[in-house]
Amino acid sequence: MEDYILELKGITKTFPGVKALDAVKFNLKAGEIHALVGENGAGKSTFIKIISGVYQPDEGEIFLNGERVSFKNPREARMMGIATIYQNIICFPDMSITDNIFLGHEYINNYGIKRLLWKKMHDKAKELLHLVGNDIDPEEKMGNLSIACQQMVEIAKALSQEAKIFIMDEPTAALTQHETEELFNIVKKLKEDGASIIFVSHRIEDIYKIADRITVFRDGNYIGTWEKSQLSRDDLIKFMAGREITQLFPKKKINAGRELLRIKGLSKKGVFTDISFSLHEGEILGVTGLIGSGRSELAQAIFGIHPVDAGMIYIQGKPVRIDNPVKAMKLGIGYLPEDRQKQGLVLPFSIMENITLPVIESLSQRGWLRQSNEYMKAKEMAELLQIKANSVLDKVYFLSGGNQQKVVIAKLLAAKLRILILDEPTKGIDVGAKAAMHEIMCNLASKGYGIIMISSEMPEILGMSDRILVMHKGRIIAEFNRDEVTREKIIEVTINKRDFNQGTL
Amino acid sequence: MEKISILRNMYLNLKISKFKGIGLVFFILLLSIIIGLRNPNYLTVGNIRDMLLDTTILAIMALGMMLVIVTRGIDLSVASVLALSGMLVGLFVEKYQWAPASVTIFIGLAIGSFCGAITGFIVAKGKVMPIIATLGMMNVYRGLTFVISGGRWVNAHQMPESFKQMTRTSIFGIDFLIFIAILVYIVFYYFIYYTRTGRQIYAVGSNPEAAHITGINIDYILQLVYTLMGSLSGLAGVLWVSRYASAQSDTAMGLEMSVIAACVLGGVKITGGSGEVYGVLLGSILIGIINNALPLVRISPFWKLALQGVIILVAVIINAIIQKKVER
Amino acid sequence: MIMHSIRRLIKKKFKINYIFRQWEWILIILIIIVNAINAQISPYYLNAEGLLDATMVFLDKGFAVLAMAFVIILGDIDISVASIMALSSVVMAVAYSAGVSMVASILAGLLTGTLCGFFNGILISRFKELSSIIVTLSTMSIYRGIAYVILGDKSVGNFPSWFSYFAWGYIGKTHIPFILVVFIFCAIAFGILLHRTTFGRKVYATGNNFEASLYSGVPVEKIKMIVFTLMGLMSAVSAIFLTSRLGSSRPNIALGYELEIIAIVVLGGVSTRGGVWQNSWGKPFAFPDGFYKIWNGIKKYSRSSYDDYYWFAFDYSFNYPQHIEQNDKKEKRDK
Repeated sequence: MEDYILELKGITKTFPGVKALDAVKFNLKAGEIHALVGENGAGKSTFIKIISGVYQPDEGEIFLNGERVSFKNPREARMMGIATIYQNIICFPDMSITDNIFLGHEYINNYGIKRLLWKKMHDKAKELLHLVGNDIDPEEKMGNLSIACQQMVEIAKALSQEAKIFIMDEPTAALTQHETEELFNIVKKLKEDGASIIFVSHRIEDIYKIADRITVFRDGNYIGTWEKSQLSRDDLIKFMAGREITQLFPKKKINAGRELLRIKGLSKKGVFTDISFSLHEGEILGVTGLIGSGRSELAQAIFGIHPVDAGMIYIQGKPVRIDNPVKAMKLGIGYLPEDRQKQGLVLPFSIMENITLPVIESLSQRGWLRQSNEYMKAKEMAELLQIKANSVLDKVYFLSGGNQQKVVIAKLLAAKLRILILDEPTKGIDVGAKAAMHEIMCNLASKGYGIIMISSEMPEILGMSDRILVMHKGRIIAEFNRDEVTREKIIEVTINKRDFNQGTL
Repeated sequence: MEKISILRNMYLNLKISKFKGIGLVFFILLLSIIIGLRNPNYLTVGNIRDMLLDTTILAIMALGMMLVIVTRGIDLSVASVLALSGMLVGLFVEKYQWAPASVTIFIGLAIGSFCGAITGFIVAKGKVMPIIATLGMMNVYRGLTFVISGGRWVNAHQMPESFKQMTRTSIFGIDFLIFIAILVYIVFYYFIYYTRTGRQIYAVGSNPEAAHITGINIDYILQLVYTLMGSLSGLAGVLWVSRYASAQSDTAMGLEMSVIAACVLGGVKITGGSGEVYGVLLGSILIGIINNALPLVRISPFWKLALQGVIILVAVIINAIIQKKVER
Repeated sequence: MIMHSIRRLIKKKFKINYIFRQWEWILIILIIIVNAINAQISPYYLNAEGLLDATMVFLDKGFAVLAMAFVIILGDIDISVASIMALSSVVMAVAYSAGVSMVASILAGLLTGTLCGFFNGILISRFKELSSIIVTLSTMSIYRGIAYVILGDKSVGNFPSWFSYFAWGYIGKTHIPFILVVFIFCAIAFGILLHRTTFGRKVYATGNNFEASLYSGVPVEKIKMIVFTLMGLMSAVSAIFLTSRLGSSRPNIALGYELEIIAIVVLGGVSTRGGVWQNSWGKPFAFPDGFYKIWNGIKKYSRSSYDDYYWFAFDYSFNYPQHIEQNDKKEKRDK
C-alpha cells in the first residue's frame, strides 16, 4: 500500500439497463489536487456520489487511510472527513449562511439547557468565511448570494467539518474568470494546509492550471491517470472524447452586413448605465465581464423581461420599445437563457413541444394544434442541430446537457429571428458538444444572424467573437476588435478597473 | 446569564427581520387608529384584553400551522381536530364532574397529538399530498365528532364550574388564556430557533433534497410537525370549550381558513422554507382585530365578511409594496 | 408516407401497458368498485334510471371543476370559487325578483361570475409578489360578503317553472338528465381546449415552467388572466345549475364547495405543484365523488360513516399516482 489517503478499486455500479461505472479505480495522495475529467455521461458524477456515500457500489472496495471502509449514507462519508461541493450547489436558500454552514453539526452547549449557541456559530462562520476570502455577514440569507459566494460558503462548510478530502464537482462552471482565480487561490491554500482535493471539471484550461495529476474516465471506464506534465492537452482531449476534435473555435472572419440592432444610452437604475453598441448581420459580438457586471441583466432588458429606465433600442434603424418578451420575439430578438433547465425548457414536455413552443401559433390553424406541422418542424430542427434522441417525441429531461442546450437553440431557430442573445451558450457542456455548439453559431452567423454572445470563458470569447465588449459594474469599459485583442488586454482592463474602483472606495 | 443571551438574540432576531414585519405593524397601527377614532371604546384596556383573549386560540394554532407550511405542507384538518378534542373533553367533564381542570388540558393535548400523528403518518409515510390527506382527515375527524356525540351538544350547565372557570382565572396577574399563549410561544420560539430539530424543519422546507443529503430524516420531521399541529389544535379545543362553555359537533367550522390567513398575512411563504414566529403573531393579531373591531364600529354584520376580505387584501398589498420599497 | 410514419410514432406513446399505467384507469376501476359495493349494500342502487338521476344531484359543481383543472395546472389555486358561485346566484335571483326577465338574470349571473374571476386575474397578474392563495383567500370573503350585503340573511326564490329544467329536466322523452348532457358537452369542450389548442399548450407550458414559458415568448400574464376569468365564468355556470336545483338562492349556498372542487381536481390527476402527473385526458373525476354521495343518500347513513369510508378508499387510492411519479423519477435517474 502506498501512501494514498483514498483509494478505490474495481468500482462497478449498475443502474437498471445501464452500466454507469465498470471496474474503475482511482487514488488520491495526501496534499494533492487530482483532476477527474471526462465528457458528460463518463460516470464522473456517479463516481463522486459513491465516494460521498450517496450511492453504494455494486462491486469494489474503498480504502481510506489504508483501511477498508463503506459508506451507507452521505453523513457517514462526511464524518470520515470527506466533503463534497456539488455542481448545483445544494443549499438551503431560505436560511442564513450560519445555518447552512452548521446544519447537522451545530454548536450546542453541553451543560444546563441544551440550546444552539448562535453567537459562537456566527463568530465561527465569520472566521471561516474570512479564511476563504469572503467577508459577508453570516446572518445573510443564502438565497441572496451569488453562485460564487454560495460556493465559498460551501467550502467554509467543509472546513467547519474539518474535512481532509474535498470533492469539487465542476466548481468553476458558474464562475467568471476572476472568481475562478480566487477559487484557485483558496484551493491552493487548502492544499498547503494538507488537504487533498478531487477536482472535477470540463475546462481543460482549469485542469492544467490547478491539477497535479489527471485521471480520465470515458463511458464508465477508467482510461488512465497521468502526471500533469506527462499529458499534453491534445492527448487529454483525445482521451476524453475518444476521437480527435480538431477545431475548437472555427469562427471565420465574416464581413459584417447591415446593422440589425443599435442600443443607445440604455440604463437601468442600480444595474447598468449608459450602454451603447450596435450589432450587424453575420457578426458575433462577445460580451464579457465579471458576474454582477450587468451582462445578463442587459440581455434580459433588451429581451423585455426587465424593462429599462432610459435609452433607446433601434432595430434595423427603427426605434422600438420592448417591454415584454412576446414583443421582443415579434421584433426578431431571441434569448438563450443561462439556466437551461430553469429558464429554457419545459422539462416534462417532449422535444417537439419544446421546440415549437415559441412558434406554436404559426404552426397551428386558428388556435387548433396541427401535430403533423409541429412534428415536421421539430424534426427539421432536430436534424439541423443533430439532437441525439430516439425521436422528437422523447421527453427533454432524458437528454444530456449538451442535447438540452441544442433543444433550447432549436427553439430560437424555429422562430423567425434575426438577433440572438446567447447567455453562456456552452456552460457546463462537454468538449464535443461545445465544438458542435460553436459550429452552429458560426453557421448561423454566416446565414446573416446577428449574435450577442455573453461568456465568462476567455478562450471562447477570444476565439468566437468578431468584436468584444467588456463590462464592469454596469458599464462598458472597453471594446476590442478581433485582431487587436489578446487575453492579457482583457484581464488588464478588468483588473485595473477593479483596483481603481476599490481605490476610490 | 443564559436567559439574558436568549433575550438578546431574540432582540437581534427581531432587528434583522424587522423589515419584513414593518408593513404589518404599520397596518395594524393604522387600523387601530381608524377604529379608535370611530369608537373611542376600542382603545381601552378592557377591550384590548377582550380582543387578545379572542385571538389567543387562533394565535396558538397559527404557530403550528406555520411549521406545517414551512415544510411545504398545509393542514386543513385543524378545525376538525379542535372540535373533536373539544367534544371529547366536554363529554369527559360531563361524566367525571370531579376531574380537575388541569387534567383536561392533558387530555386535549393527547387527543390532538394522536389525531395529528395519524395525519402525519399519512403524509410522511403514505406520501399523500398534504392538501388531500388533511382534507380527508378533516372529514374523518369531523365525522367522528358527530358519531361520538350523536349530534348533541354539551351545554354550560352540564360542565363543572371548575372547568368553566379555568379560562376565566388568571395566573401571575395574566389571564389564563393569554398566559397559555405566551407559554406556548416561548416554548415554540425556543424550539424553532434554539434546537437542532427546529432548524431541521426549516431545512426540510427550504430544500428537501439537500436536507436528505445532509442526513435529516424527512419523514420524522413531517411526522413531527403534523403531530405538533395536532397537539396545538387539541389544546385549542379544550380552551375553546372552556371559554365558550359549550361543545358542539360543528364547533369552529371553517376556522382552518382563518388560521391559514393569519400565517399568510404574517409572511409565511406558502411554498415553504420561510416563516417567522413574530410574523405569525402579528398576523393572528391582525385577524383578531378585524374580527373583534368591526362590530364595535357598528358595522352591519352583513358588511362584516366583505370588509374582512377587503382589509386582508389591502394588508397583503400594502405589505408587499412596503417590502419592495425597503428592499430597494 | 410521412403522415403515416408520424401517426405511427405518435401511436407509439399509447402502448398497452402505458395505457394501463394511466391514472384515469385507476379512477374508472375505483368507480366500478365503489358502485359494486354500493350495489351490494342497497338492492335499489344499481339501476340505470337511478344512476342517471343521481348525476343530477352532484354534477352542478362539475362545471367549476373543469375550470379549476386549468387553474391548478397553471400551478395556482382559486379558493374563491364557492363565493363566486354564491354571489352569481344571489345577483341572478335578486335581478329576477326586481323584475328583470329570467334570461337577462341568468346573463347577469354569468357576467357577475366572469367579473369576479377577472378581478382575481388582474390582482394575481398585477401584483406578482402575491400568490394566488392569498388573493383568492381574501376575495373569498369579499365575494360572499357582497352577497350578504345584497341579500342579508333572506333567501330569494320563485323562479319561473322552466328554470328548474336546468337541474331536474330530462332530454325529451328519454331518461337522460339535461345537466348530464350539458356537462359531457362542457367536459369534451374543455378537454379539446386543453389538448388540441395552442391555448391549452400554453397553459401546460406556463404551469410546468413559468420562467421558461416567459422566455419562450408565451404571454404568461395574459394566460393567467384568461384562466382566472374562465374560472369565474364556470363558477357562475355551476351557480345557475345549483340555484335551479335548490329552487332558491341565499348568500350561504355552496359553502365549503371550494375544498371539494379542488379535491376532485387533484383526485383527477392534476398536480397541485403545477402541471400534471400524466397527460390527463378524460374528466371522469366528478363522478366517484358523486356516487359516494348517492350511496350515502340511499342508505340514509349518517354523514360521518360515509366520510370515513369515502376517505379510506380515497386515501388508499392516492398512493397510486405518487407511486407512478416515483417510478418515473427512478426511470429518469437510471437513464
